[in-house]
Amino acid sequence: MSTIEKGQVMTANRLADGEVVFLTRSGTWNEKIDEAVLAQEPQAIAALEARAGEGVKVNHITGQYLFDAERVDGKIRASHIRERIRTLGPTVRMDLGKQAEGTAGAFAAVEG
Amino acid sequence: MYRYDEFDAAFVKQRTDQFRDQANRRLSGELTEEEFRPLRLMNGLYLQLHAYMLRVAVPYGTLSSKQMRRLAYIADKWDRGYGHFTTRQNIQYNWIKLEDTGDILEALAEVEMHGIQTSGNCIRNVTTDHWAGAAADEIADPRPVGELLRQWSSLHPEFSFLPRKFKIAVTGAPNDRAAVRVHDIGLRMHKNDKGETGWEVMVGGGQGRTPMIAVTVRGFLPERELVPYLEAIMRVYNLFVRRDNKYKARIKILVHELGAEKFKSEVEAEYAKHPAQTTEVDERELARIANYFARPTLDKQSRFAPHFEDAKIKNKEFARWARNNLALHTDDGYTIVNISLKPEGGIPGDATGEQMRVMADLAERYAHDELRVSHAQNIVLAHVKLEDTFAIWQELVKHNLAAANYGLAGDIIACPGLDYCALATARAIPIAQSLSRKFADLDKQEKIGPLKINISGCINACGHHHVGHIGILGLDKKGEEFYQITLGGSSGDSASIGTILGPGFAGDEVPDAIEKILDTYVKLRAPGEEFLAAYRRLGPAPFKEALYAAA
Repeated sequence: MSTIEKGQVMTANRLADGEVVFLTRSGTWNEKIDEAVLAQEPQAIAALEARAGEGVKVNHITGQYLFDAERVDGKIRASHIRERIRTLGPTVRMDLGKQAEGTAGAFAAVEG
Repeated sequence: MYRYDEFDAAFVKQRTDQFRDQANRRLSGELTEEEFRPLRLMNGLYLQLHAYMLRVAVPYGTLSSKQMRRLAYIADKWDRGYGHFTTRQNIQYNWIKLEDTGDILEALAEVEMHGIQTSGNCIRNVTTDHWAGAAADEIADPRPVGELLRQWSSLHPEFSFLPRKFKIAVTGAPNDRAAVRVHDIGLRMHKNDKGETGWEVMVGGGQGRTPMIAVTVRGFLPERELVPYLEAIMRVYNLFVRRDNKYKARIKILVHELGAEKFKSEVEAEYAKHPAQTTEVDERELARIANYFARPTLDKQSRFAPHFEDAKIKNKEFARWARNNLALHTDDGYTIVNISLKPEGGIPGDATGEQMRVMADLAERYAHDELRVSHAQNIVLAHVKLEDTFAIWQELVKHNLAAANYGLAGDIIACPGLDYCALATARAIPIAQSLSRKFADLDKQEKIGPLKINISGCINACGHHHVGHIGILGLDKKGEEFYQITLGGSSGDSASIGTILGPGFAGDEVPDAIEKILDTYVKLRAPGEEFLAAYRRLGPAPFKEALYAAA
């Protein structure tokens, strides 16, 4: 049996180059979704929002928001295709983006 | 060849310096995102799914070889080796870094280019017929009027902070290739019985979530009155349009809600308020602008082009490309070359830096140093000797630029969709690719005949799905992509908005659905009847039947 935990992940774009990043447990921003915190409790979600606000102030990131995700066998899967594409790169250019740079998420944009 | 004047060069330089400073202040934290966002958008810089996106204006779709080479250089140096030509005759780069943007804008300014008026609530850069100044059916080149309107609208204080974006398209030909009836203002040149030219002024067209066909407010406006008359339209728009809801703030909604007659009378009343127009255009100024677009000197050629005819006999693939991708030029012995950026299974409108350089070299060698970007995401060489087309084709073949599908089923318009765009609700490119593969057989495409398949990845309709003969709109249904099919749209002379055929399809069902529609058409068409004409005669019923009848 695989274990599934549902929650939310905080994402943003890095200010200087626009790279998609995710907020980690240590409060840093990482390019890999699997490094992200999956917040499940309202308190944890509020903490992500507060930290993201700090990220905006110290000018690392821009355009932050939360999205729904789940952890499946230790890997984080974004619920919506849009966010899965953001963890990978364009589905029509597998040679570009995170999928080409070793920072991809573990789940395909479209399963099956 | 079109060029900027000294005023523009100074202005673009100033704007580039300003933006470099603004970007630095953003990076240092001096400017917040809220403060910076409108500034970057004024220069064409968006934040998309994977990175920043820079949209570069190509006024009237016209480029010199030098400019095209610079676009290639930017693709290679600061992006990932390619660019995307858009349905607004512009180019977009998908992987731009904010920290590089000042350098990129400087590199563009060196060749008189920029991202101004490609974004934001201003009068956007004017679009036109990609065959302007070359097409056999044209009354006159519409680009001087486009340039007149640009000079009038750039930085115009009254029209810099409009309720919404505002798009103008102009055409000088009776066969509309500029989609003038689906723009906020469309202008079309006519010639009267006395041989004088004037402009039909159409207002309130548009696509997006509320597609509308523009209404004609003046049938024949003298050219010198264009600017003051358009000012009257803009003032009525500014005064009356709704500002409470951004989806209702386009002029098409105003024209629709007031009614065409009431709107017209408001414009005429506004126009009559200023009898001694100070903005009426001086003939000398018009002539000066027209001179920027002077035709290259074309040496006289014989109507019969023996090498061209011979090559067609010897090489069937070339003959096919010549049949589909060349268009009738005004002058004997000349042709218009349409380079399809739609190879089988390719991404519509994408070109690599190398391909851009190849096209620039061809333009320099064979086409008077000039290229055009078409709103169907292809590239045009406007003045080419028929005798040179075989050499051009051979070079295009080497670089995967010789798709012989211009105007056929494989020549699909598609927006970047959810693969790149932050606004998209579904992917558009994979649908275009699967259709392109499904109809890869060019014999089959030629049998089907002229066809426009247009795909948008959201309701904003950048892929012009409303005016595709077959339109495909990608939507999100509970987190899954699904696609609505519309039939009967057209951006041509008898413009129309497509009608939704029925329930949508999953992405992998779309190619079969389109095939059923086309099979139905081929079965039911009259001899020589094109898809759009057949649909207009038959109506949706037989197509619905083919798609939705219980198996």
